[in-house]
Amino acid sequence: MIISVVSGKGGTGKTSIAINLALALEEGQFLDCDVEEPNAFLFLKPEITNQMDVQVSIPDIDTVLCSGCGACVKACSFHALAQAGNKILTFENICHGCSACWLVCPQKAIKEGKRSIGFIEKGQVKSLECIQGELNLKEPSAVPIIKKMKTLIDQKKTIIIDGPPGTSCPAVEAIKGSDFCLLVTEPTPFGLHDLKVVVEVVKQQGIPCGLVINRSQGDDQIAEEFAQKENLPILLTIPLEKEIAQLYSKGIPFGKVMPQWQHKFKLLLESIKAGDAS
Amino acid sequence: MKQLVVLSGKGGTGKTTITGSLAYLAGEEAIMVDCDVDAANLHLLVNYKLENREDFMGGKAIKIDNSRCNSCGLCSQLCRFDVLSVEMFPLKNNQLIPCEGCGVCARFCPKGAMTVQDIKNGQIYTSRSGQRWLVYAELDPGADASGKLVTEVRQRALAIEEKESKPYIIIDGPPGIGCPVIASLTGTDMALLVTEPTISGLHDLERILGLTESFSVKTAVCINRYDINAEISETIEKYCKQSGVEWVKRIPFDETVIKNLKMGQPVIKDETSVAGQIIREMWSQIAKSLVS
Repeated sequence: MIISVVSGKGGTGKTSIAINLALALEEGQFLDCDVEEPNAFLFLKPEITNQMDVQVSIPDIDTVLCSGCGACVKACSFHALAQAGNKILTFENICHGCSACWLVCPQKAIKEGKRSIGFIEKGQVKSLECIQGELNLKEPSAVPIIKKMKTLIDQKKTIIIDGPPGTSCPAVEAIKGSDFCLLVTEPTPFGLHDLKVVVEVVKQQGIPCGLVINRSQGDDQIAEEFAQKENLPILLTIPLEKEIAQLYSKGIPFGKVMPQWQHKFKLLLESIKAGDAS
Repeated sequence: MKQLVVLSGKGGTGKTTITGSLAYLAGEEAIMVDCDVDAANLHLLVNYKLENREDFMGGKAIKIDNSRCNSCGLCSQLCRFDVLSVEMFPLKNNQLIPCEGCGVCARFCPKGAMTVQDIKNGQIYTSRSGQRWLVYAELDPGADASGKLVTEVRQRALAIEEKESKPYIIIDGPPGIGCPVIASLTGTDMALLVTEPTISGLHDLERILGLTESFSVKTAVCINRYDINAEISETIEKYCKQSGVEWVKRIPFDETVIKNLKMGQPVIKDETSVAGQIIREMWSQIAKSLVS
């Protein structure tokens, strides 16, 4: 079973909740798919056993064979190729690796090349397998890394995915194929606005979901009213507490040192797995 | 005219809260731009009147003419983005399938049955209150091309600037370091990075600082809620000094911030707010840095 933790708005507590859920697992996999700003390993501190490169396709132009005809430039929909006299210039950062240029080249002067855009690390914390991706600086697209991470999923296990913020391509890629989405919000106008969008994305994908209200100060009507309207079960409410914030700041999952919370995360996980949570 | 972008790497550190107050302080002198097109929130704080709303045709889709398609499946073999698969055939006539827009399938379809089309995948809004402007956008849920939309929104702001001639454009950026962040940062004069004293905040700050450095953009840092963990705040400040950051400001944890946010107004309006006072000082420092 794949459970994704998402939020739309950044900084609502996704990582914190995803990690606490993962630690409540007896055995399973944890994927930090926020590859632009991966933080989960700062908390889980797994022993890294494996690192792999993530590569994307780019054109590799043989300047001897190239006649400078410019067919590749015309075929590129992303302006990643340009013609300067008889030479073809490549802008690798904006190349989408679509293959148009090497397919159209009449001289067969372009081969499919590769370049790295980031990497994936694997590690272990007891019987929890931890996987984290990291996008290199200045790279625009996180999607290929998330796709590659998801090929490492072992469907027989329970999998927790820590998703990226937002609702565009990386977030959609992360939650695709999940069996359940845990939505994390904070009871503010910002939190509500972004929750509305993420609920739409999750519904588009047809994934059952439930809500966690984080940093509650006891007046959560704004989130509760929306949840009721959308038939969204509120599965957990976490108060705004200095102790929790301070533990987070030091990189300590609060469930690890606050047994009452460890228990609550175990129950939450069980109810999701039993299908009672949506 | 000078452009300031507010970024953070990590989400939820207080970018929009601070930008909302900057909007209030800069008043008629600045055009505000919300480039967090996945989760645009600034308009909830400034409440300007909507002046114009337009569709953003930034998406691409493939359309198939069934009278020509013979379901040979070549397109699905060629597609590098897993958009088309044999199981989808036969496709509904004239069905639009959102895609990357590379056009490889259309180019090589032996029957010429496919065309690439522009589709709407977001909206751009221009709002104002007198001479105060805010341009923002909303990407359709789950849509692609957030970087393109950011560029488009910034162009709208520049067009207003050209007519009204304002000294500043202030951009509220998205979290992360990917394509919409790069599009928000490109060509700005200064970046204000809002962080928090947590190990995640520090880690993400290091990455976003690497990015602003590589773009040679003048950078200042604001540590929000610095007293949550004074030790990490210390580390952040040291790190900033080593990295050539212009200046660092600290905002303490202040309950008036969340109180005003819940009321939907920028904290700067609350005269009792300590955070508001510091944001005020920060704005005068930003204005100085922008002209130096």
